[in-house]
Amino acid sequence: MAMKFRTFKRHFREGAKNIWRNSWMTVASVGAVTTTLILVGAFLALMLNLNHVADNLEKDVQIKAFVDLTADESETEKISEEIEEIPEVSSIDFATKEEELESLMESMGDDAWGLYDQDNPLNNAYIIKTTDPQDAIRVAGEIEEIDNIESVSYGEDVVQNLFQFNEYARNVGLVLILALVFTAIFLISNTIKITIMARSKEIGVMKLVGATNWFIRWPFFVEGLLLGVLGSIIPIIILLTGYYYLDNNMAEMSQFSFIELLPFSPFAWQLALLVLVIGATIGVWGSVMSVRKFLKV
Amino acid sequence: MIEMQNVYKTYKNGVTALNGIDMAIDAGEFVYVVGPSGAGKSTFIKMIFREVQASKGTIKVNNKDLTKMKWKEVPYLRRDIGVVYQDFKLLPKLTVYENVAFALEVLEETPRNIRKRVMDVLDLVGLKNKARFIPDELSGGEQQRVSIARAIANHPKLLIADEPTGNLDPETSWEIMKILEEINATGTTIIMATHSKEIVNTIKKRVIAIEDGLVVRDEHRGEYGYEI
Repeated sequence: MAMKFRTFKRHFREGAKNIWRNSWMTVASVGAVTTTLILVGAFLALMLNLNHVADNLEKDVQIKAFVDLTADESETEKISEEIEEIPEVSSIDFATKEEELESLMESMGDDAWGLYDQDNPLNNAYIIKTTDPQDAIRVAGEIEEIDNIESVSYGEDVVQNLFQFNEYARNVGLVLILALVFTAIFLISNTIKITIMARSKEIGVMKLVGATNWFIRWPFFVEGLLLGVLGSIIPIIILLTGYYYLDNNMAEMSQFSFIELLPFSPFAWQLALLVLVIGATIGVWGSVMSVRKFLKV
Repeated sequence: MIEMQNVYKTYKNGVTALNGIDMAIDAGEFVYVVGPSGAGKSTFIKMIFREVQASKGTIKVNNKDLTKMKWKEVPYLRRDIGVVYQDFKLLPKLTVYENVAFALEVLEETPRNIRKRVMDVLDLVGLKNKARFIPDELSGGEQQRVSIARAIANHPKLLIADEPTGNLDPETSWEIMKILEEINATGTTIIMATHSKEIVNTIKKRVIAIEDGLVVRDEHRGEYGYEI
């Protein structure tokens, strides 16, 4: 649809004019967008960070396969070949029983385990990671079948609960955000509908003189876009300052030190952009939706 | 110019407005549409610029078949038709000039052409010196002249007037009729629904009388034919 530049200018001018002409409606609509976007933005920040933390936890998921104490060197070698054949496996490390003991002593203290120095009761082990952490459970099962593997561990209970929790959290968050966005569209289209009601006469005259539906719609499109953008200014300021504060202080609070937030840059900027886009979309949609019924004359 | 064959209209609420209209109007004609209130005049008029769609039958305007026309094409049909209403339908916040210019903006004309044409039509209806007024500052007759100026701004082949003098005093009505006759003299077809016996019987034109959704009389240089 080619539009003359002159016409484009006219639509923009009309749309902007209407923002001024219906000033209290503008305040109401912008208020609705602002409220929603603050909620949506805060939710998004929370959701994406939860996701980030969950991803990090998932990345730590590893399978430990303990080699039979009786297995000799060539048998141990063969195990690694078989593990490497499993397509989901991304990395495989070998840890001798001496290394295993060392790491145990490190975390538990020399006193308790030091006496085993001479007579190490531990197994040699393979430490395996999968490309997709979600595959860990299945791959662990496959490894358990391999000859000369004594046992396999991957923190069964924790991992399964973690995956389940992450999935719930993602779905619930998505539903909440969508619900908020739809509420905003509903609020805005209702607010704008009242102004358009007052302007239905104008639309009627435009139709009478042969204006196409798009000619009538464009100024409303522009108006909605501007309302959405205006409505996203305050939420963006709040999000940027709030996140900046959080990002700087979280690390200093020792009880939260295990939580690693997404870094302010670029995350907060991306979030701001997303909020702007959502705001503009809500505005345009709400506005264009409410003109619709007046066009069928 | 306009052709109706066996046109019926039944509204969604069950009211039947037209019961098989057959008639044709040639280019350049001046036609009065008369008849009692509620006889179907308004429906008849509104069908010509497709504000109302026929339930049955065929309507052709400017060789376009309105019964097969898509929604998308309706605006282009209306650009060839000027419409004048009893209640003027002017936009109260816009000046006289802007009200007329509005009709041309829709057509994406250049600002230079719009300016020239608006001043030309305002001159034609004798309101050139009131271009900056808003409608509320004008008399009823002047407002109707603005609405006529808007209707003809686009050089339509057809001008439809739905009781254009209905809200005006007799003296002003004659002024409006004089303007309509001038427009007709330039070759524009005019269809005018009216309740004014004086006008129809004085300025003799073709008269189409509609009663109970049917054309009951169609005569050149006809009489109004109703009391009141």
